[in-house]
Amino acid sequence: MTYIAKPKFHHPGLKKNELGYTHRDYEGKISTLCAGCGHDSITASIIEACYELSIEPHRVAKISGIGCSSKTPDYFLGNSHGFNSVHGRMPSVLTGANLANRDLIYLGVSGDGDSASIGFGQFAHSIRRGVNMTYIVENNGVYGLTKGQFSATADRGSKSKKGVTNTDNAIDLVAIALQLGATFVARSFSGDKTQLVPLIAAAIRHKGASFIDVISPCIAFNNHAGSTKSFDYVREHNDAVNRLDVLVGRDPIAVDYAPGTVQVVEQHDGSKIALRKIDADYDPHDRLGAQTFLARHAAKGQIVTGLLYVDPDAEDLHEHLNTVETPLNTLEADTLCPGSAVLDKINASLR
Amino acid sequence: MKPTDIAAPDYFHKVVDCQWACPAHTPVPEYIRLIAQGRYSDAYMINWKSNVFPGILGRTCDRPCEPACRRGRVEETPVAICRLKRVAADFKDDIKQRLPRPAPKNGKRVALVGGGPASLTVARDLAPLGYHCTVFDGDPEAGGMMRTQIPKFRLPNSVIDEETGYILGLGVEFKGGHRIESMKSLLAEKYDAIFVGSGAPRGRELDIPGRKEAAGNIHIGIEWLASVSFGHIDKIGKRVIVLGGGNTAMDCCRTARRLGGEDVKVIVRSGFEEMKASPWEKEDALHEDIPILNFMVPVAFIHDNGKLTGVTFQKVKAEYDAKGRRNLVPSGDPDQTIPCDDVLVAVGQENAFPWIEQDCGIEFDKWHMPKVDPKTFVSTNPKVFFGGDAAFGPKNIIWAVAHGHDAALSIHKMLSGEDITERPLPDVEVSSQKMGIHEWSYDNDVSIDKRFKVPHRDKVVALKDIRAEVELGYDVKLALGEAHRCLNCDVQTVFSTSLCIECDACADICPMDCITFTANGEEGDLRQRLKAPSAHPDQDLYVSSDLKTGRVMVKDEDVCLHCGLCAERCPTGAWDMQKYFIEMTHAGSTCPTKSRSAA
Repeated sequence: MTYIAKPKFHHPGLKKNELGYTHRDYEGKISTLCAGCGHDSITASIIEACYELSIEPHRVAKISGIGCSSKTPDYFLGNSHGFNSVHGRMPSVLTGANLANRDLIYLGVSGDGDSASIGFGQFAHSIRRGVNMTYIVENNGVYGLTKGQFSATADRGSKSKKGVTNTDNAIDLVAIALQLGATFVARSFSGDKTQLVPLIAAAIRHKGASFIDVISPCIAFNNHAGSTKSFDYVREHNDAVNRLDVLVGRDPIAVDYAPGTVQVVEQHDGSKIALRKIDADYDPHDRLGAQTFLARHAAKGQIVTGLLYVDPDAEDLHEHLNTVETPLNTLEADTLCPGSAVLDKINASLR
Repeated sequence: MKPTDIAAPDYFHKVVDCQWACPAHTPVPEYIRLIAQGRYSDAYMINWKSNVFPGILGRTCDRPCEPACRRGRVEETPVAICRLKRVAADFKDDIKQRLPRPAPKNGKRVALVGGGPASLTVARDLAPLGYHCTVFDGDPEAGGMMRTQIPKFRLPNSVIDEETGYILGLGVEFKGGHRIESMKSLLAEKYDAIFVGSGAPRGRELDIPGRKEAAGNIHIGIEWLASVSFGHIDKIGKRVIVLGGGNTAMDCCRTARRLGGEDVKVIVRSGFEEMKASPWEKEDALHEDIPILNFMVPVAFIHDNGKLTGVTFQKVKAEYDAKGRRNLVPSGDPDQTIPCDDVLVAVGQENAFPWIEQDCGIEFDKWHMPKVDPKTFVSTNPKVFFGGDAAFGPKNIIWAVAHGHDAALSIHKMLSGEDITERPLPDVEVSSQKMGIHEWSYDNDVSIDKRFKVPHRDKVVALKDIRAEVELGYDVKLALGEAHRCLNCDVQTVFSTSLCIECDACADICPMDCITFTANGEEGDLRQRLKAPSAHPDQDLYVSSDLKTGRVMVKDEDVCLHCGLCAERCPTGAWDMQKYFIEMTHAGSTCPTKSRSAA
């Protein structure tokens, strides 16, 4: 970690967003993670995405579990709501919070240990239920806080820093999320912000369960030869299917792309995603196709990144449950307790 | 762009904006750190070696360093570099033991014409090498314009005595009251070299109607200031008009306030903003209730049978032609006559060399200025050198010092039989500041304090006593606060391409968004693609060679805080904070490289 606080000065020419904030206004405390940690780049990407979307910081709830990744909400959006939950329980706390107040933007930040091991079930159910959230896994394939054991996402055959080969099969969280019905599924790499920032922005604008698996090299314990989550390995095996620009509100679509190479996806809230295709045959609206594509490339040792699947007309848990729109904390007593006459009516309907 | 050659001494020197802007290239951040550590004598000696007159300059310097200071681009105001220099002078211990010893004479004689900053600098550099230096001045004491033209309420005699004394104490011969009247006879005395540092001694005239008739109440600024300085003049009329907008005008008006001037006005041709006076000198004048009226051109002195009664001014406005040149044209408003008892004319200074005969081998140009080489300061007579205001017209003390160092080097090289056009490179010392994983041997925690004000003497008291110094100087606590504002620009961010793994940690942590990883391109194109807009194209881009991904690291040096966070967050040590101590090489390296007492 760093001893000094990040100086308050900022570049005099920094641009401001619609709210008059610079990206520095979306920062949190200075990171206490190891120097060079991929997680810090994801933190910077979240800051950049929230800045670009002109999100009011007090409209965001950031929720995490335990681990290096789950520490990071302290390093961004210092003026937002936060909840650092029990190990692996972020999805449940987030689901509860979302049910109580659907007006906030929910940002779940977790790691491979938190989501693929102790919280695997929690992860699965929040995705399955279609909670309206952005679920980011900062995936380094290793237990960094306990000095470098393989995590559940470490690839079979990859080597630990000490040279031990992993004999367990890996959990691919993207594949699981696709299978469980997530309506926005993406994978990215902490070392590629031009891809990651728009993905986070699009995920935040997506209504429904958005899931982003971000490969985030652990400098201290998983950035060596033989690792499949190192900077070098990911850069060599990164197979990006597309790049995207998020277009919010009145911004016109930039049309400097060759015709046929851009696919515009309009999301539920009217925001648009311009997908610049890299793989011409890849269709991000085909869930089954995505699963097959993913499996085929994984077998070849390739890491597929980009927006892998999106359903722009997705529903979320609130629609499934037909819940009240007003946040629970603003419901008045007469609404919450409408009196014995209403109770009698309900009882009568059940007889 | 090509990878930046950081081995070229100028590259990192330019990053130290203050030092680069200083004509004498004083290592500013180094002495400011020493002040913060309470090592005032060490800070003083760094200054003394570089600019010879720390106590004098700490009060009077034109401070080209301050407009250049990086802090001024980060927040509103630069570090008070000049006043910190004074702190070193005010709080130092006795430094006499650290001065060079008078050396055994080498048999060579150098004559120096004029006892001001340029000549004294030459003498300071040459005397310790064994040269017999003789300084001639028409005034009885050394110091030149520093003693005669700068009012005592800005620069007390004690400071001048001390710092000219250090130089004369090196075995320099000073012939006061001995004005050189003939270059020819000086040449006839067979000196091995002659240095002319006689300044720009003549105040410019203002030849408008009434000048001759009302001469009794019209005074030339610098001559009047000198007469005040020597005690020949001790009063002035109640209503005074000062004509001119330079620093001499500011000295004149403030002096007039102390000699009985109750209604003192400064009236300038140009606009207030374009005045030549330093902003802080204008501020000090305004603070002493002296209004500054602008866009008024004096057209006539009004007098009543030779007794001055006022000055008539034409009102003008500024118009800019297609080339952006300013012209002052009549605004059409009626002329205005402002009544007064005395006028001080401070509309510029001129060089004058009536004592240099035509057949001395010294050629003059069409402006009657000697032809002087701007690097070696030699004239067309290979034994005669010029420096200070005498060389290129009126500038200031720090330029005179810089000229003096260069001329001394030329004289030493010439008399050693070397080629004077070959100039030595600066002395550069590089040292990593890393002490531990997150520890640096400099204070990298950036202070967000605003510039501290220098305490002033109460105005009522100050205006009563012409010798009472107005500025009291920082006390230790204020000095420490101000010293902490320095961004340590000499502690450089040094990047090693081979170690970088492109994790982005440095780009993420940089508070000023200085660092960008991107595809290489031409400079103009790269400047468009930086993480934060490039506001100052004169500030260099630090470009690495190609990284593994084919991109390059580009750092805009412009507003780097030198906080070292890039190096702290770098997992591989690709960034390191290294101190570049850059020092000009003077004649014969007269001072030991390390004049500091501690390690």
